[in-house]
Amino acid sequence: MEEYIVIMRLDLLTKEAQPSPEQMEGYMKQYHDWVGGIAAQNKFSGGKGLAVEGKVLKFNDMITDGPFVEIKESVAGFIIIKAASLDEAVEMAQKCPILKGEGNSVEVRKIVSVHES
Amino acid sequence: MTNHEPIIPHLFRTEYRKIVSVLCRHFGFREIEIAEDIASETFQVAMQAWGLEGLPPNPAGWLYNTAKNKAKNYLHRESIFRDNIAPGLKNIEPQAAGDDIDLSLQNINDSQLQMMFAVCHPAISREAQIGLSLRILCGFGIDEIATAFVTNKEVINKRLFRAKEKLRKEKVQIELPPPLEIDARLEQVLTTIYLLFNEGYYSVSQNNTLRKELCLEAMRLCTMLIENPDTNKPQVNALLALMCFHASRFDARMNGNGEIILYDEQDSSLWNTDLINKGGYFLSMAAQGSKLSRYHLEAGIAAWHTQQSDSPEKWEGILHLYNQLLQREYSPVAALNRTYAVAKVRGKEVAIAEAERLNLPENHFYYALLGELYSGLNDDKARLHWLTALSLAKTDADKEAIRKKLGV
Repeated sequence: MEEYIVIMRLDLLTKEAQPSPEQMEGYMKQYHDWVGGIAAQNKFSGGKGLAVEGKVLKFNDMITDGPFVEIKESVAGFIIIKAASLDEAVEMAQKCPILKGEGNSVEVRKIVSVHES
Repeated sequence: MTNHEPIIPHLFRTEYRKIVSVLCRHFGFREIEIAEDIASETFQVAMQAWGLEGLPPNPAGWLYNTAKNKAKNYLHRESIFRDNIAPGLKNIEPQAAGDDIDLSLQNINDSQLQMMFAVCHPAISREAQIGLSLRILCGFGIDEIATAFVTNKEVINKRLFRAKEKLRKEKVQIELPPPLEIDARLEQVLTTIYLLFNEGYYSVSQNNTLRKELCLEAMRLCTMLIENPDTNKPQVNALLALMCFHASRFDARMNGNGEIILYDEQDSSLWNTDLINKGGYFLSMAAQGSKLSRYHLEAGIAAWHTQQSDSPEKWEGILHLYNQLLQREYSPVAALNRTYAVAKVRGKEVAIAEAERLNLPENHFYYALLGELYSGLNDDKARLHWLTALSLAKTDADKEAIRKKLGV
């Protein structure tokens, strides 16, 4: 089993795109069911959600407010899963409920240690 | 003597651990066997004396006094040895010699709690921790421990002996861990109590009285932790709540022949409402503070199960708790139970797809679950799964429950 990170990108900033509290509750339920289904296969390694506030640090001591205001896709959170192959990881990631929202995206990347790569 | 027979085993359960704990604290863990011997001898003397003279007015006090005198005699002999026979030997700790053995309520309680932390020390294996807890804290006989673990006396004797050796070698002290370490060490203690309870609740041993006794002892140990302010933490309350909720169904889980009765078919009038209420109380106490343990999640699930009638909220609630539980810690049982909740909330088709990904080909509960999910949708497939479950089932009780589903 290899580990893969599933990075979830959402529009966290456009006001009209934000869900109502009721919608949010429904989304969270779907999200937990999705992660629960992965955990029930013993393929969940960890994961975290990220706050909207943040800073972006750049070359030459430049610090800006983040995350990435200029694009509508901000990293909302990630989970790390165990899978035998990239294909299997993609199959699991495909069921991520945020993909039901237009413009959202999920990125799957294999985790490699810096020493291995 | 026949009159006192029920009271002596009862006192043995409740007082043995107190005597061993107090003496052991006094002597140091080095001398745990001496403490055990003195406690056992005390009960032997009680059997004889009470048989002839009748029950003393304060049996527990009588036991303490006898144990105290025996301990004093032992220490006296030790001091003679030390002063007259081994003056050159410097390796005997001087502490124990003259001072009195403190049998105040406070010291008894403190000593038991400290003993609990000592026998759940991470230096020894989980199995040894449970075995020592059963022996020293719950006053179980070696035979009973062997029955509970479905093994023989020699195995248990060896296991306990090695564990005690190890604790001596590691110089484990009989004391509460410092405040900063309490949470980490408490985790070990709680796991031991939890496993002890499960050993009783899910035991394959056919001895029903023994099983119940194991569960009650686990609850008693947990109560001791709650009674001490240093160890009265949210996760401890959550564990006690969990055990209360489970124990409330103890009598409904089995019929007169010792066969398991599945949850859906249990007579809820046999559920113990007193224990359900207690579970609710401890769960509310567990909600203080911000720490969420696996016991909180499991107690929440068990709390929902004390409501027999199905409602969408019930199964949504259970599913959500299993989702969280599995993210913290995977277990095949939780994975199967979660899938059952998926069926209740999202329907059988969705649950079948989830179940088939679980990949538990050696687990008979896995096939039993698939049988359950396919029944009504594809009865032939359901039957095949039930048959596979039957071929993999290990205990008679499980086999019987599956045969009932097959209608044979």
